Amino acid sequence: MSRVHDMGGRFGDGPVLPEPQGIAQPGADWHGRALAVSLACGALGQWNIDMSRHGRECLTPKDYARFSYYEKWMAGLADVLVQTGVLTPVDLQDLSTDTEDAHPLANRMMTADMVVPAMERGGPANRPSDVPTAFSIGQAVCTARPAGNRLVDGGHTRLPAYAQGAKGRILRQHGTHVFPDSSAHGLGEAPEPLYAVVFSASELWSNPEHPGDEVILDLWQSYLEPA
Amino acid sequence: MPHDIHDHDHPHALLPPDPALRVKALETILSRKGLIDPAALDEIIDLYQNRIGPKNGAEVVARAWSDDSFRAALQVDATAVVADLGFYGRQGEHMVVVENTPEVHNMVVCTLCSCYPWPLLGIPPGWYKSDAYRARAVREPRKVLADFGVSLPDGTSVRVWDSTAEVRYLVLPLRPKGSESMDVAALAKLVTRDSMIGTGLALPVEGAA
Repeated sequence: MSRVHDMGGRFGDGPVLPEPQGIAQPGADWHGRALAVSLACGALGQWNIDMSRHGRECLTPKDYARFSYYEKWMAGLADVLVQTGVLTPVDLQDLSTDTEDAHPLANRMMTADMVVPAMERGGPANRPSDVPTAFSIGQAVCTARPAGNRLVDGGHTRLPAYAQGAKGRILRQHGTHVFPDSSAHGLGEAPEPLYAVVFSASELWSNPEHPGDEVILDLWQSYLEPA
Repeated sequence: MPHDIHDHDHPHALLPPDPALRVKALETILSRKGLIDPAALDEIIDLYQNRIGPKNGAEVVARAWSDDSFRAALQVDATAVVADLGFYGRQGEHMVVVENTPEVHNMVVCTLCSCYPWPLLGIPPGWYKSDAYRARAVREPRKVLADFGVSLPDGTSVRVWDSTAEVRYLVLPLRPKGSESMDVAALAKLVTRDSMIGTGLALPVEGAA
């Protein structure tokens, strides 16, 4: 059911390699450029954050595994640019000419003076919703099983496979947020209640490291049932 | 064109395979069409390589250590409190601050991608985005902590927060012993980036037991 990005709990990945403290520095100059191109394209307003995440998740498992982090971003970006009609496949292959008629979206281009205001403005995900809150803090809940998008087969979802069919309890209510399973596919924002749900490590893993350890996930109401 | 690539599904295969050239190609195509401005790219890079980083989060932590009412307000609405300090924006629209105690150590991961509180910590370090961290942090947080040279007392349990939504988590590390007389500016220097992700502890005070 899940895609290659859904790797929580997976075995075999080796050590985590710490880096110096302070502002994280890019591994190569093109990393910063890749980040910047992605953010600048986002400002064109042709897709939302859920669509861009799904774009990266739709890389083939082989590409996802062999691409470095920002290679995934660039590949996902190229794919979503074509998918949304901003560019054509022909555009991607044509590096030759330097003359071009104005693109219909050119009036949306982010200029240097727009960068800081746009980053400071951000893009909140909370929305008013008609969906009533079904669960109260402390209430026992069970996650859906299998984890997966119920609107689009193979679609975007934010319930990781490692937490499917697991019993937990509501720890916090975050209000009502855009539902990624719908939003990633242009099916509307469909905001609904979002909760932090706490699970005992022993509910999720066959050999938890410590009996008192817990894992907390932010989960939409659609992923949950009363336990 | 390799036979196993379907152009319709994966147009990225049309770009040059070398990553640096691939970025350059996309930038060229997009700026030629008037869709991106190279000067805006420079500004974004400068913003996240030089201006926004863990110093912001360290100020929040130092204030929380120094001022109980600030700390209490953080627990009620961290987004509003840190926005008052000027720390709001992309990837920090919904903030929650989780406090370490002698009984509970908090640690943050994003197993599905790389969600991270940009306005408070900047862009995530490479390890945070690595497959190893994303895969292991939820299942064996203590072994991951050991990779950072951190070991917790037996009586401390670990809470791992998997950032699956647009809520971003900042860990409030334990205040180091011997820091009682320090002001906010001095305290902030004890707060490392990793201590606010939960893969590290605040720095010890020199000379403190």
